[in-house]
Amino acid sequence: MSDLTTPNSALVHNGFEIPRTASELTFADTLGSWKARWGIGRMNYVVAPGLYASGEPTSHSPVFVSANYKMSFDRLRSSLKGRNGWILVLDTKGINVWCAAGKGTFGTSELVNRIRITKLHEVVDHRMLIVPQLGAVGVSAHIVKKLSGFRVKFGPVRAKDIPAFLDAGLSAMPEMREVRFPLMDRLVLAPMEIVGGAKYILIAIIVFFLLSGIGKFGFSTDEMMHSGISSAVNLLVIYLTAAILGPVLLPWLPGRAFSLKGFWIGLAVGILIIFSSRIVNVNTAGWALIAMSSASFMVMNFTGSSTFTSLSGVRREMKVAVPLQIIGEVLGFGLWIAGRFM
Amino acid sequence: MTVMKYLADVVTLELDTEKCTGCGMCVVVCPHKVFEIENRKAKIVDRDSCMECGACAMNCEFGAISVESGVGCAAGVIIGAIRGTEPTCGCDSSSGSGCCG
Repeated sequence: MSDLTTPNSALVHNGFEIPRTASELTFADTLGSWKARWGIGRMNYVVAPGLYASGEPTSHSPVFVSANYKMSFDRLRSSLKGRNGWILVLDTKGINVWCAAGKGTFGTSELVNRIRITKLHEVVDHRMLIVPQLGAVGVSAHIVKKLSGFRVKFGPVRAKDIPAFLDAGLSAMPEMREVRFPLMDRLVLAPMEIVGGAKYILIAIIVFFLLSGIGKFGFSTDEMMHSGISSAVNLLVIYLTAAILGPVLLPWLPGRAFSLKGFWIGLAVGILIIFSSRIVNVNTAGWALIAMSSASFMVMNFTGSSTFTSLSGVRREMKVAVPLQIIGEVLGFGLWIAGRFM
Repeated sequence: MTVMKYLADVVTLELDTEKCTGCGMCVVVCPHKVFEIENRKAKIVDRDSCMECGACAMNCEFGAISVESGVGCAAGVIIGAIRGTEPTCGCDSSSGSGCCG
């Protein structure tokens, strides 16, 4: 757990000693968030739940609620630069606000509980909390009010809009309430796409590598080295193209279903494989099928990272796409194996 | 930038105008501008943009909104099918998928 507070600078307020946090992010914070994007130490990227002071808050200062995923907390505290406020960090098991709200850990009962544990009633005079809008998936404002006496005011979706929200008298412009999915937001997720499936692609490469040695004359190490490397290259190209181009090209790939969007990427890679080997045969046709089904599957999985797909929609597209992907993979693999004996 | 839309006519979102008081909470919490207030009642103006997050139903004091909420995540559906549970994203385990960034 990272220490975000400077010792000896705790704020003593109404008889409570409350840790103070800096609004300036350090190099270590930036490095930490870069590592989390690549999946390094991601599950331990947490801050201790509880109440923090930002600046020199008083009994009248606003209370901002956050998750204990360090990236969520960092975004909030850096957006409060030059302002005084309280930050109430919920125990969301190191998960960001939106996902935790979906799971219920960033939720009504944790919020009410955390208010009680931190004795927030005694720290502040007012009875209002600013909760990030995406927390509304797990926090029921009217029930929080009933159980704790605190009124929940939903703030903007993005922490960077908090200053504007405060300056406008706690009112968010419509665009501050909308979740979009611009290029940069999609791009920062690509590293996790690459890291997330790394072990599966590694297994696939090993399997293809070993099978590459099999041919009509039995097992040959030379053949394994030669054909195995080209199989590994094909698999890596399919994998990286889908993991990077899927998120990047998302709005422009034809079709609404993610599996269809991925299919186009696989088709392009399949054509590339056929062109680069300058031959259409059982082997390259097999690779094209593997590319189409694999890329379709990978981009379909990106629904989990996207900000606009519904569960009902995902179920509907999977009903059609998954059987086709399985058929494509089996057929592609079968053709590739058959190619070894021709 | 145009707003990306997912599949049409698929979401489970329902609004009971009888129970609606027009308080506007759904307009506040919806991240995709699905609702508008018209003549002191909420109205679904962009149904296909709904991602079934459930924030509106969770914050409707009058029980006017229902939606079968869940994670719109293919990996989650697969994990759920394997474990025999509801769809759940893998972000609480070390095998975490790309979600929850």
